[in-house]
Amino acid sequence: MTSTRLSTSGRPLAFTFDGRSFSGREGDTIASALLANGVRIVGRSFKYHRPRGIVGAWSEEPNAVVDVTLDGKTTPNLRATTEPLVDGMAVRSVNARPTAEADRLGLLDRLSPFLPAGFYYKTFLWPDWHLFEPRIRAMAGLGRLDPAHEPPADCPVVNARCDVLVVGGGRSGLKAALAAARAGEVVILVDDRPLPSGSSIDRELEIDGVPAVQWAADAVSAIAAAGGRVLSRTTAYGIYDHNLVCCWERRTGDADRQWRIRPGRIVIAAGAIERPLVFADNDRPGVMLASAALHYLRRHEVLVGSNIVVAANNDRAYETARALAAAGAAVTVADLREQARASRESGIEILAGATIDAVHGKAGVEAVTVSGRRIAADCLLVSGGYTPSVHLFCQAKGRLRFDDAISAFVPGDAVPGISVVGSAAGELGDLRIVPAWPRAGAKGRQWIDFQNDVTLKDVELAARENFRSVEHLKRYTTLGMATDQGKTSNMNGLAAMAAITGRSIPETGTTTYRPPFVPVPFTVVAGRRRGELFNPVRRLPLEAEHRAAGAVFREYGGWLRPAFYGAGAATDEIRREGLQARETVAIFDGSPLGKIEVFGPQAGEVVDYNSYQTLSTLKPGRTRYGFMLTESGVIYDDGVVTKLADDHYVVSCSSGHVAGVVLRLEEWRQDRFDRSRAFVHNLTPHWATLTACGPRARSLVAALSLGIDLDDAVLPHMAVAAGSFEGVPARVARVSFTGDRSYEISVPLSKATALWRAMNEAGRPLDAVLMGSEALLMLRAEKGYIIAGKDTDGTTMPHDLGIVGPRDKRQGEYAGKRSLFMDNALDADRQQFVGLAVADGGAMLPVGAHGVEPAAGGRRSIGYVTSSYDSPNAGQPVALGLIRQGLARTGEEIEIVHLGKTRRARIVSPCFFDPEGVRLNG
Amino acid sequence: MQLFPCPFCGLRDETEFSFATEAGRGRPEPAAEVSADAWSSYLHFGANPKGATREVWLHAACGEFFVMERDTVTHMVTVQEAGEP
Repeated sequence: MTSTRLSTSGRPLAFTFDGRSFSGREGDTIASALLANGVRIVGRSFKYHRPRGIVGAWSEEPNAVVDVTLDGKTTPNLRATTEPLVDGMAVRSVNARPTAEADRLGLLDRLSPFLPAGFYYKTFLWPDWHLFEPRIRAMAGLGRLDPAHEPPADCPVVNARCDVLVVGGGRSGLKAALAAARAGEVVILVDDRPLPSGSSIDRELEIDGVPAVQWAADAVSAIAAAGGRVLSRTTAYGIYDHNLVCCWERRTGDADRQWRIRPGRIVIAAGAIERPLVFADNDRPGVMLASAALHYLRRHEVLVGSNIVVAANNDRAYETARALAAAGAAVTVADLREQARASRESGIEILAGATIDAVHGKAGVEAVTVSGRRIAADCLLVSGGYTPSVHLFCQAKGRLRFDDAISAFVPGDAVPGISVVGSAAGELGDLRIVPAWPRAGAKGRQWIDFQNDVTLKDVELAARENFRSVEHLKRYTTLGMATDQGKTSNMNGLAAMAAITGRSIPETGTTTYRPPFVPVPFTVVAGRRRGELFNPVRRLPLEAEHRAAGAVFREYGGWLRPAFYGAGAATDEIRREGLQARETVAIFDGSPLGKIEVFGPQAGEVVDYNSYQTLSTLKPGRTRYGFMLTESGVIYDDGVVTKLADDHYVVSCSSGHVAGVVLRLEEWRQDRFDRSRAFVHNLTPHWATLTACGPRARSLVAALSLGIDLDDAVLPHMAVAAGSFEGVPARVARVSFTGDRSYEISVPLSKATALWRAMNEAGRPLDAVLMGSEALLMLRAEKGYIIAGKDTDGTTMPHDLGIVGPRDKRQGEYAGKRSLFMDNALDADRQQFVGLAVADGGAMLPVGAHGVEPAAGGRRSIGYVTSSYDSPNAGQPVALGLIRQGLARTGEEIEIVHLGKTRRARIVSPCFFDPEGVRLNG
Repeated sequence: MQLFPCPFCGLRDETEFSFATEAGRGRPEPAAEVSADAWSSYLHFGANPKGATREVWLHAACGEFFVMERDTVTHMVTVQEAGEP
């Protein structure tokens, strides 16, 4: 055994690691429990499968990444150093088979001379990366996903505001929070550790004459008493625009929470992370950060070794050395500084001007050669100084400056609304550090990024191949790109590049800091926005009625609507509905249809400008079909507009375009007209619209007693009448999307159910049929009526549908007008809207299939099928499409290709049914 | 997540807004007198400046169009005016 636990107190917790049973205790992290049991190899490295041990004690840990199974559910890639141990956990090392200790791919390391940085990129050039990729994917990587484990979408998101947000619950953070709270400010302090006071506990510091633990507990109480809030186990992982800070709160027994905090100002007190030293074989299990060893000793009563060498270039490592010696370890301090004094104190031998020549022991440290002298050791602690945690400051676009006194980057010019305090600002006391950066040309495999297996030689290779910018270095070698985001490696990496290229460290610079600071589970980021809540559908007021009638629902333009009714096969039910609708009468719920009211003295000018067709010339009570164009002249939507009075119009656009049409009406109203003389009001959600269509539609509507004269002379096609239904206003519009006689009846939502039931009642003696969206879509295709956005695309202009009247004759401005006369609009070779009849005797044409014709070097697409149905009424399959010069090619046969098969289709009129239109009044 | 100031609703998340156009770009018309170049330039060629910019934005939640001055580098919003863009 190497590391051991010094006491037997605490409630024991059983767990397994790579199948072996161990015992930890309450309060352990997985890492401290593994160390307490003397486990040295906790994983295999990403690329070379080198045995690796625990290096750190918190989020900086590069090696100890594990998969954890608890209650039958496996969560991959947890950091053993931050994950609390839970009784019954099964912990498994990543990238190792069968175990981290006896990994079969361990021999890969012998091939390392052939696998330098960028070797994978070179396979892109030669011989062929396809040969390598599947194997690389199998050999490299981290944890395994458990396909059976889909975590619930139960993480709440909390939006919070405060005057001051303090990030970090160490001494500096607590002091800042306390001062702000006492000054009457609303304070939130987030701290990623379970206990406040940061590294002060480990160092057993006294603060204001009180032990750190006690002082921190008192400070937390005082902050709370002053109205502040302290969130433990909460990591501020990113600062976003306008100082939005996102935090991940970990909870036991409850789902984790995401906090989205908008503070007035931010105090960053995120501390500093100790840096490893770079020397040959510095990745052996048993090589650990000195501060981590102190942490395991003080918080977990774990002594990381019995014969310990501490290699350091600063004074603070002596604190650790003395604590370990006091705990019973034999300690040798290898002080790398020339000016240090060789000496001996109780239990500690100090070597000055030391060099670490070699680390012995393949599976873990057995001995260390210091300045030519071999010292038996089971643990080698390293301290290369401290790197302030400036991540959040840099995410907020803060700039750094290099502080020679501590050999580290610290925050430079202030960023508005953000201050940095304590160790994060470089306040590290008197370290008396002498830099010990990597040296160019040093011998042996000197590891810089442990998690991504990047060595000093890889950095040299990058420099040699001219990837000298740190951003290039990062991407070429993957240095700093692992899940630890280079917390222990970035500084050594850029210092190595500086040394190799003969530049200073500030000249070399740092890579860009980006969120998140630690890996954050997607469940926390996504919150409850999953499944039905990811993009919620809109629901019909009559959904319950439809369900009772056996409707099968699908989504149409964001609305959940009946696709068809009945328990039979979809095609059969749709066919039945489509046939019966043309024989008797169909009842259809068209409530999502746009009902946007435009009123005021300028209402006519607004709707005219919004539309390709002139609308203000309508007589009151009449309706006109038309297009709305974008400024590029492309059809944005189609629909009917009704003039109720000279100062009152209703724009009935497609269901899926209501929000967009409201906003374009608003844009013209506000930008072009007198906003006090025209108003736009979207009443779509306030009115239900039920349609009766088919030969018996008038009889059905007549039975509803709406107080409307249904005589065709009074209420012809494209006319509107106002009546009432059960004491509320009812509006009846004769517009048709099926080509049959049709009445759209709109009533306020409160009467939707009553109207639905009344129509069903009235329909019974007429053999009425309930019709879903699928049958309606089929019937409208039989008539060649378009769906904007389905039968038109981002290039289709009105004249591509043969509708040229307004373009050729209309005076005055309207949206998109000038675009209709641009060269591309007048091009003869445009895709135009046509019908496509099957010409090879086969089944219906597939939607999306392309029409093709011979062209130089093969064939070219001349357009595609936009809609296709197996129409029972037309007696043949019907298809609509956009085909180049299609309007002039009626009668021609063209080739249609789809998934390698060639079909033949004839270009025909898009109207397959009742071309004379007699059924509108039938 | 930026916060934009709607003249009616106050500071709201940027996801409630959409960019309409750069401010001060008048629509060339009447169509018959507008050259193809002038129209293409109106449709497609914004100044897209780095730094200070003056733009028309829409608060989709309430339908209000307004002028906003902001910095495309720092993302600081400097001025917002209600009314005629």
